[in-house]
Amino acid sequence: MARHIAQIALFAALIAALGLVPKFDLAAGVPITAQSLGVMLAGCLLGARRGALAVLLFLFLVALGLPLLAGGRGGLGVFMGPTVGFLLGFPVAAFVTGYFSAQWRGSAPVVTTVLAAILGGVFVLYIFGIVGFAMVTGQTLAQATSIMWVFVPGDVVKAGLAGIITESVLRLRPGLAAQG
Amino acid sequence: MLSLNSEPRSFWHDVPAGPKLLALLIATGLAMWLPNAAAAAMAFVAVMGLYAVAGWAFLRQGLLALRPVLFVAALILAWHGWALSWGQGALVVARMLALIALANLVSMSTALADLLDRVERALAWLRVPPLWRQRLALSVALVVRFTPVLIVKGQQLQRAWRARSRRRPGWRLMLPFVLGALDDAETVSEALRARTGTL
Repeated sequence: MARHIAQIALFAALIAALGLVPKFDLAAGVPITAQSLGVMLAGCLLGARRGALAVLLFLFLVALGLPLLAGGRGGLGVFMGPTVGFLLGFPVAAFVTGYFSAQWRGSAPVVTTVLAAILGGVFVLYIFGIVGFAMVTGQTLAQATSIMWVFVPGDVVKAGLAGIITESVLRLRPGLAAQG
Repeated sequence: MLSLNSEPRSFWHDVPAGPKLLALLIATGLAMWLPNAAAAAMAFVAVMGLYAVAGWAFLRQGLLALRPVLFVAALILAWHGWALSWGQGALVVARMLALIALANLVSMSTALADLLDRVERALAWLRVPPLWRQRLALSVALVVRFTPVLIVKGQQLQRAWRARSRRRPGWRLMLPFVLGALDDAETVSEALRARTGTL
């Protein structure tokens, strides 16, 4: 249990650090933060349950007022903003990514991990994000979807990176996968 | 930076965590009903007034704490001005800054221990078992301790990259970054096992 707590806490800290390290940009010049990549990695590397718990812990600290979200945002205010759906979708995204990356693990682990990250970290996350955006800004789901569409390619790229990074980490630290 | 807690104690430090949290929650809810940019700007000035009550040093600290979000605020304002209207953009940005400033005020004047104490009591009231409450408290302490550590490590990785390459540090830094965090988790878990009996 000590190891689980340490992993959950360190991954929550990792997700926070990914949003705060200046210029930890994924694409040159485009301020895409790596925070949602951290959410996908939490699911892939810690598994569905612990991955989701790490994200929940991160959100709990954000709610307590720590400015841990990308751009130094934090506090209860962010849970009222247009991106609230994405925040609430984060733990679900980590869970779905972790669950399916474990389920589908087979002869082509990078491919299946990428697919799981797209399903959890893009598809499921955007369902939450779009519903939240539409509710806060009073738009229809179709309008919200048409705005959000712009960000999908960037997140698909992150899902690809999540697959590559996960496999590299598991190759270098084989014990991690064995823990389940 | 992680701990926003202000060192020189202020007037607001003496206000208990519970009422401050409740006030923040209510203000956050009410802020969604701000009708226009002028009202949002007044809300922001009012929050600054709350800082000023505790003295100039505290106000200055509050303003400095807003600095990281100014760039994002400018982007949001520009986007709104371009896509919708400047008035709408000003409303959104002023409201955002007012809320962040207010949340910062609570964080700056409330020790994390006091905030957690509130949560702990709420969980006890909800009959969450003590062991789970201890685990939550420990996890929170670990995140607070290790987020700055990981930020420094991330910056060191970037500097190491810049010293060796003319290209920008990109996603390749993620692998050593993630590995470092996972290895830290191993070390921490060993330390925890050595120091805690039942966890």
